[in-house]
Amino acid sequence: MRLITVAGPPSSGKTSVLIKTLEAVAADGVKAGVIKFDCLFTDDDALYQAAGIPVQKGLSGVLCPDHYFVSNIDRVLEWSAKRQLAMTVIESAGLCNRCSPHIKGALAVCVIDNVSGLNTPKKIGPMLKLADAVVITKGDIVSQAEREVFAYRVQSVAPRARIIQINGRTGQGSQALARMFIDAPELQDSSETLRLRFPMPAALCSYCLGETRVGPEYQIGQFRKLSID
Amino acid sequence: MQPLTQEKLTQTSLAALLAEYPLLESVLLEQGIEFDPAEEVTLAAKLAQWSALRNRSAADFLDQLLARINELNGLLASTASLEQLEIIAGRDKSGQPEQVERICLQRGDLLTIVGPTGSGKSRLLADIEWLATGDTPSGRMILVDGHPSEDRRFSTGGDQLIAQLSQTMSFVLDATVEELLSLHVESRGMAASVVAETIAAANELSGEPFAGATALTSLSGGQTRALMVADTALVCRSPIVLIDEIENAGIDRRAAFNLLLSQDKIVLSATHDPLLALLAPRRLCMRHGAMHALRQRTIEEEAILADLEKLDDIHAAIRHQLRHGGQAAPIDLENFRRNTP
Repeated sequence: MRLITVAGPPSSGKTSVLIKTLEAVAADGVKAGVIKFDCLFTDDDALYQAAGIPVQKGLSGVLCPDHYFVSNIDRVLEWSAKRQLAMTVIESAGLCNRCSPHIKGALAVCVIDNVSGLNTPKKIGPMLKLADAVVITKGDIVSQAEREVFAYRVQSVAPRARIIQINGRTGQGSQALARMFIDAPELQDSSETLRLRFPMPAALCSYCLGETRVGPEYQIGQFRKLSID
Repeated sequence: MQPLTQEKLTQTSLAALLAEYPLLESVLLEQGIEFDPAEEVTLAAKLAQWSALRNRSAADFLDQLLARINELNGLLASTASLEQLEIIAGRDKSGQPEQVERICLQRGDLLTIVGPTGSGKSRLLADIEWLATGDTPSGRMILVDGHPSEDRRFSTGGDQLIAQLSQTMSFVLDATVEELLSLHVESRGMAASVVAETIAAANELSGEPFAGATALTSLSGGQTRALMVADTALVCRSPIVLIDEIENAGIDRRAAFNLLLSQDKIVLSATHDPLLALLAPRRLCMRHGAMHALRQRTIEEEAILADLEKLDDIHAAIRHQLRHGGQAAPIDLENFRRNTP
């Protein structure tokens, strides 16, 4: 089984890109499914279903989405075994920019769009920087100059990554991502031995436990104060 | 960008290094080294902590880091080389072979692509953009210097083969003309003087001058196209330019093509505009998804082109008169037709 993590900011085009890509993967005879992680709400599962792609969704609700994600990898593996999938794609939205869902030994993809602003590549942390492939979307609506500057900025912060320009509406470029998916390595580890590429953000404080009062006397656990000029 | 030296790496603060060499951050992240980008600490001090914890040599690591960053910077500044582009026929929408079997384009060549809506113009441009190797619905092959080049599909900084201009594109950045051009020029590793040259060239095309301090979002449609053409000609290093219908732009179209061709680009332009279609010595006629005929511009067509340009001039002159509050003068048709044989 190949495991693939796909992450990116909300509305960057992850689902559109994945549907086009997995159609091409299916045409190659590989059975692939998607697990969609989100925070509060998603109806993307209906889109996958309509495209005939097996899908399971997971909503983190009150839990930290990053920690919810990582603590459910074992369930992801169980699900794909049950469905007898040759490829399982984890699509995660709602992760914070400090976070990265990427796993050693699994193909890691980050999706970002040209419209999100030229500083976005710098603002996104290991989710982008440790990806094997970076998909850039919405190139059809911005100027060539902006496309080039954006791609350059992505490549500067993610020098190892292969950049793929994909038009989510027409699917132009998704063939290349499908090729990478199909050529992705088989997962060697079981959930006991899998490791994240980068540690999750720390979170252990009174607010993790549901505190709603704001004042300093209620702040117990890990905190860091803003330094004021 | 200055090549990174051992001295610089050990003595500059981490924050300053990161600002100048964004590649550094990902190399550090790859090693699992966590840091606060604003922290006033040198990399050497940071690495000393790290190496003490992991029991690894900081000096060796610094050497590797240096080599890697300089190598990556070199990669970003590389340029695409290409002398010749070939389109090898595939099939039409019914699976029948295309009539035009092969088209060869050299640097400085202009090819226009004509045909009714749905005849396959955009598909052809998409095949070229994709550097198709028989893996698209048309089954066409695009050869770069005689070879299939699927490995060149992926952009790595300066090495992009293809630039695009289309009607649907616009500037979305909240910045001035000068700011965007400076970023673009910097990303291509060019001299800062190219910014002013590009603005001057764009103003030549649009006839409605704008300054470097103009916000991108307040440019008119014509100014936007003019800036895109000038930028593509002078700043983009890509040797191939694909143009999808920019006819209604209100810019000097012959001058726009000439600017692109003066930079030795290969220009392919899909169009419904007769003037644009005839500007090229060769035009490709599409039908039912296929390359149906490749036509050389005839002597008669050259005369028609002269007429069309005159019409275009008259149109522009009347527009100018009306926009500036004047009354349009009657057209001297006799005079206007004097160029026809």
